[in-house]
Order: sequence, then C-alpha cells, then structure tokens
Amino acid sequence: MTESPAGYRRPRPGTQPGYDVPDYGSTRLRHPVRPLLRVPHGPTETTAPAMSPALYAPMPDMTRHAGGEAVGERIIVAGRVLDEDGRPLRGTMLEIWQANAAGRYAHPGDTHDAPLDPHFSGQARVFTDEEGWYRYTTIRPGAYPWGNHHNAWRPVHIHYSLFGAGFAQRLITQMYFPGDPLLPLDPIFNATPDAAARERLVARFDLGITQPNHALGYRFDIVLRGRAATPFEEDHPE
Amino acid sequence: MSGARATASQTAGPYWHLIDHPEWADLLRADGPNAGLATSRIELAGRIADGAGSPVTDAMVEIWQADADGRYDGAFHGFGRCATDREGRYRFVTLRPGPVPAAGGGNGWQAPHVALSIFARGLLKPLVTRLYFAGEALNETDPLLAAIAEPERRATLIARPEGAARWVLDLRLQGEGETVFLEI
Repeated sequence: MTESPAGYRRPRPGTQPGYDVPDYGSTRLRHPVRPLLRVPHGPTETTAPAMSPALYAPMPDMTRHAGGEAVGERIIVAGRVLDEDGRPLRGTMLEIWQANAAGRYAHPGDTHDAPLDPHFSGQARVFTDEEGWYRYTTIRPGAYPWGNHHNAWRPVHIHYSLFGAGFAQRLITQMYFPGDPLLPLDPIFNATPDAAARERLVARFDLGITQPNHALGYRFDIVLRGRAATPFEEDHPE
Repeated sequence: MSGARATASQTAGPYWHLIDHPEWADLLRADGPNAGLATSRIELAGRIADGAGSPVTDAMVEIWQADADGRYDGAFHGFGRCATDREGRYRFVTLRPGPVPAAGGGNGWQAPHVALSIFARGLLKPLVTRLYFAGEALNETDPLLAAIAEPERRATLIARPEGAARWVLDLRLQGEGETVFLEI
C-alpha cells in the first residue's frame, strides 16, 4: 500500500476518452451532463486495496477449463505495468476476460449465434513481478457483432482490469491486436481522440515471447498514472 | 519525467461479469480477507438509474473505504465489488468508516465516506463518487461537500439511514437529480 501525498498527475488532453461519445450509443443516457467536481487527492485516492495472491488466487492459463483444452489459436500475452515515470508496479493484480475463439462470451447475456466452448471460460487473474511483468496464456478471441449500428463488429480484444497502488490509478481497458481491419471502424477504440494513445491499446507481436512449437507471443504494456510532482501542482484546469 | 502517458480507459462492457465474484460484495464474509475482524456491520444499498430513469442493470459497482479509525493501511481490507441486479440495485455489507485526514496533509478531517465507482457498458471511464452518512457532524465541514455549492446537489452524496444499520444512496447517472461525480 504505497501512498503518494501529492496524488496523481491529471491526464494529458485527448489521451483518455470522454463520457459523451455519440458514435457509441450506450453513452447517450449514461453520461453525466453536469460538470464533474475535480477533487484533490487525499488518503482515499492515494491508497488502494492490497490484492495478494493469497487472497485472490492466480489463474494464469485460460486454455484449459473443465477438464479439457479450449479450441482456437493458443497465444501468450506478456507485458509490463509501469507508471508514467517508468516505475514498475509490483505485485499489482490484473483481471482479464474475453470472448472465445468464435467470438462468444461464456456469459448468459451474450446471444451471438456462435458456439460456446465448454473448455473455455474466458477469465484469468495474474500478478506482476518485481519488475512489473505479467504473463498469461489464452486463446486468441474472435471478433463479434454488436448492436451499436448497422453491421457493427467489435475488433478482436481482451479486457483488462488493474488496481495499481492508488484508487486514482484504477484502470479498466481493452487490448487490441495488430492489423485488425475493424479498428478504424470501432467507436469504442476511436473514442480516445489522441492517435498515439489509441495505438498504445494495440498489442504487438513479439518473437521473444513466442514459444517454439507452442504459441505465438504478444506484448502489451500498461501505463498507470504517475505521481504529481508537488501537492496541487496539477489541480489547475488545463 | 519519461514521456509515457497513462493507458487509455475503455469500457468494461456488458460481459464484465466474467470477473464477478458475488461474495466480494460482503466485505465481512466469513471466508474473506476480513474474517474474524470484530466489528459492527452495516449495509450500503441503492439503485442506479440512467438519464431516462431506467435501472442500470449491468453495472459493476466498486467501493474503497477506510476502517473504523479512518485508516486505509490497517488490517481491514476495504474493497468490495457488486453487480447491479435487474432493478439496478447494488448492496454491500461492510463497516462504517471513521473520519479520514484531509487531502494535502493539513490538520483537517474529511467526514466518514466510502468511495464508489461505477463501471458499465456505455461508460468509457468509471464514474466515481462518494457515499457520506446523513447526520454525521463532520459533513458540515467536509472539504469535498463544501465544494458543492447547491445543497440539493450535495444531497446526492449523502446516504439516508433505513433502520439501525442500513444506509441507502440512489445514484443517477444523468438528468434530474444527477449524482455529483468526481474527477479524481
């Protein structure tokens, strides 16, 4: 439980999505219309729950479930979790979830006409090591249609949830795959105005992570907010 | 300073329940991280509605709070997660936190509060707010509550008691009675 008395840096404009994104229909009735109240960071924002492997058992392999092997292209995903100053986040918990190879979630709400895989539940949980590295094995998920607009398809993606060292570092995001032709068409991916920030959501193929005769490897690094240099320094609107 | 920028947030989507563990909504559960902690339990509950007044039935609600002494680094594990139900309701079992030191390292105190985040389809970033307790004397001097000029908006953060140990705070994402959300 690390505490940063000065709190965390505010995001650079354009590097985070907004709440009101007309191209993403579900935001219409769910975005606040009143301005948010900007608050200085105190103990509530600079501390975070200590998620230990003892309390939350790691589940680093999604390719085996209920006594059998999942169908699809096996992949290994690894990367580092750092803050904006390049400091590794140690022992931070990542929760990961995704659709199966056919583009179907093992979720009662998913009614896409694609097969479920009895040997794939689509959930993982891993912790970073001393250098901030995490790693898990899974199946490359499939793209799937959604009802946002005519002929809408989500690009292939994997969901991530991270806690960080402070409540203000909490992040839920999605990792995308390189070369996906659906990326330029996806209102969720494109909700982040800054092109470089969008590109950082795309994993890259990594031969070093690839295991011979076993699985392709992808690298996906995640950056959480860095610490503000001095108290309240960044509490002025841009 | 390195040039790295924080990774962009993306929506948790409608299928986040793959990482739901319903027991996490009870912070005092017998086999949980706070098992054996001697404390009196309270319930935090409410209903989440969207801009049309319809229940938000697919949200993930998380709380983070201090212990009864206002500490975040004590034995108490003050994290919980809850899925809203078909009526948009959330419910946590926890303990009542104590006053927390003010931001910026001053001598002031913040009134007892629970930080609450909503993640959901249609939210590309979480909506963060706080739950305060009605009748708490420190509410009058809490710096965050004091920063909200309109009393009716301030009231959107103050849970009302229902019986001895149940506190209710309904949340409105948009429109009439919209909850005060925080940029943290």
